[in-house]
Amino acid sequence: MSRSQLRRVAGATGLGSDDTGCTILHVDMDAFYASVELITRPELRGKPVMVGGGGRGVVLSATYEARDMGVHSAMPMSRARRIAPDAIVIEPSHHRYAEVSAGVMALFNSITPLVEPLSLDEAFLDVSGALRRLGSPAAIAELIRARVYDEQRITCSVGVAPTKFVAKLASTQAKPDGLLVVPADAVTSFLHPLPVAALWGVGERTEERLVSLGLRTVGDLAHTPVDTLIRALGQASGQRLHDLAWGLDDRDVIPDAAEKSIGNEETFARDIDDPQLIHRELLRLSQKVAARVRAHEVLGRTVVIKVRFADFTTISRSRTLSEPTDVGQEVYEVARDLYDALGLQRARVRLVGVRLEGLVGDGERVEQLTLDDGLTGPSTADRRAAEVAADRLRDRFGHEVVRPARLVGETE
Amino acid sequence: MKFRVERDVLAESVAWAARTLPSRPSLPILAGLLLEVDSTGLVVSSFDYETSSRAEVAVDVSESGRALVSGRLLADIGRALPAQPVNIALDGTRVAVVCGKSSFTLPTFPVEDYPALPAMPSSSGTVPGDVFASAVAQVAIAAGRDDTLPTLTGIRVEVEGATITLAATDRYRLAMREFTWTPATPSLSVNALVPARTLAETAKSLAGAETVNISLAEGGEGLMGFEGGGRRTTTRLLDGEFPKYRSLLPSETLSEATVSTTALIESVKRVSLVAERNAPVRLTFADGEVVLAAGTFDEAQATESVECDLPGDGLEIAFNPQYLLDGLGALDAAFTRLSFTQSTRPAVLSGLTEADGAPADDYRYLLMPVRLAG
Repeated sequence: MSRSQLRRVAGATGLGSDDTGCTILHVDMDAFYASVELITRPELRGKPVMVGGGGRGVVLSATYEARDMGVHSAMPMSRARRIAPDAIVIEPSHHRYAEVSAGVMALFNSITPLVEPLSLDEAFLDVSGALRRLGSPAAIAELIRARVYDEQRITCSVGVAPTKFVAKLASTQAKPDGLLVVPADAVTSFLHPLPVAALWGVGERTEERLVSLGLRTVGDLAHTPVDTLIRALGQASGQRLHDLAWGLDDRDVIPDAAEKSIGNEETFARDIDDPQLIHRELLRLSQKVAARVRAHEVLGRTVVIKVRFADFTTISRSRTLSEPTDVGQEVYEVARDLYDALGLQRARVRLVGVRLEGLVGDGERVEQLTLDDGLTGPSTADRRAAEVAADRLRDRFGHEVVRPARLVGETE
Repeated sequence: MKFRVERDVLAESVAWAARTLPSRPSLPILAGLLLEVDSTGLVVSSFDYETSSRAEVAVDVSESGRALVSGRLLADIGRALPAQPVNIALDGTRVAVVCGKSSFTLPTFPVEDYPALPAMPSSSGTVPGDVFASAVAQVAIAAGRDDTLPTLTGIRVEVEGATITLAATDRYRLAMREFTWTPATPSLSVNALVPARTLAETAKSLAGAETVNISLAEGGEGLMGFEGGGRRTTTRLLDGEFPKYRSLLPSETLSEATVSTTALIESVKRVSLVAERNAPVRLTFADGEVVLAAGTFDEAQATESVECDLPGDGLEIAFNPQYLLDGLGALDAAFTRLSFTQSTRPAVLSGLTEADGAPADDYRYLLMPVRLAG
């Protein structure tokens, strides 16, 4: 604990410490995957370490030592290896990350029921109901940081602010292993020096647009008449960016936000133009997505595929089913049709993805039987039963134990 | 080109020919209606390479000729004109339409670029228009609307001598209708898969004709033609193998229920008011009554019973209410016979004129149930 406190003080900045009304916390694990790997390989501490797929994968996470050399997550591994040739590369162990994440989320839920996870390693917490029990927001943030380190041996950074997006910016500023409180009356002085790209919803395009108007900082944006912004960016985003620039963000922390879609994608080790191999990958992804959909006890109505070509142009195609499904074979058949309908002639594909959208609870499952059930192939019910049985086998004996025959011999 | 025609005659024939105009034409000229005048009268036609329509109209001809004008516009104008004789004349590159005190001038498309309409296929026969229309309507309800399964968006037409069998299925239900016609050659044996929407519209529009001439090529010219009352339509056939539907008919029946068709229709409509999208209506058959129920425990629920005659074993079964209503409506009979084997196998609906009569065997509607929860 003493070590963690030391670092925290080092990471703190001076905006004042009045945390009244700053009931939103954004907690973000530092270099999550890399930190989890270092728990079991302490000899690598203090060295540049990157987690990511071999060959053509991307950097999923990197220690701060690697980041200092210019590596960042989502960077292609080949490039990362060039700029950091001495860095140690570790294959990701996703099961381990999920375990640690579950522990951290359980801790959050013991602080407040209002926890909105954003991914495995970050979440918003609304602590307004925990103040009487646990103390001021800053005290709660310290408690969380201490307990995360104590229980999981990894560090995290916390932003404390009156609104979600300011809290998120604050945790980014506090990194690594830090805590930053943005008092209510310091929100604008905190925001205004930041570049416009820091704002939620400002991507490359919008940033270009704003910079072309001479708006480089959040402060420039705040002092631009809202009508001008609406003319430049459209009604919705113009108004929203103006609000955000003044720290106005009325989004609540929504606990357990129902997932809107469930999907997986895969970057190939090298670009592929063989439709057979792409079909096989679509099958693997469809099975994976369907298993996740079943685990969430939902059904998906719309199948979406995503295809990224060698030149990074990316397209997606979707089809809505007459009945929502959680059956991998059905997802695959639609995904394959969508892919075949692109009519690609030896186009080189870098990545494919499969996603189910329009999720509904599986209580709405209505199984309209078909006349050709069992005549032209197994019925939906039979296919589903086989996949559910496979789910149970995998839970018990591991992921390698059962899979469609076409996928035998592949690594998960 | 110059002629004079009664307003109603013009409006009706133009509207009929315009109904097959493509809504998004692949070539601009395909949005046109072709007007052709010679000493025998006027011919109005449209063609989009899939479907062609051609109507012959009696007119007072002053001058022969042809012109191609916007079909949508001419149909709208025809509908809106006052009830007076209409004078139509081609003047250079424009067509003038004069009726009473209103007058319109329309631009023309280059008539020489317009494709020739396909000729009617060779083999044929005849059937009364109303028989044809009702048979097609009974089957078209079961055709698929999902363009990803194009074969199922068609109606299968099987000609075997004096008998024509129509069948359509969307995998959830199958409708089958037999009727007799008069083939030109008694030994005619030929099959076709016709787009269901086109066939349904065509049959409906020819319902008033005393006889409809059906032309279907034996050799497979990929075309089917219909002609009646001076109107003619051709449609391109669909490719693909229609399912072997005859084997789907259950060979045995374990129980048969007989109910009043109108009473069951009304009851299904009421009960399904509480059924969410895709949710089934559950029917529990027993001798004396069938109990209908829909809805779920935590949402709205409804139940109702209808008198029912059931000599055999009782049964609980669930259906998509719309599919059930489609079938009951298509029977066109005072009583409905529902034949079952089990709650996961298709039910067969057929019509009876008397509750204790024999069911009509010229129309059958097979309906797959929804699996009962639990």
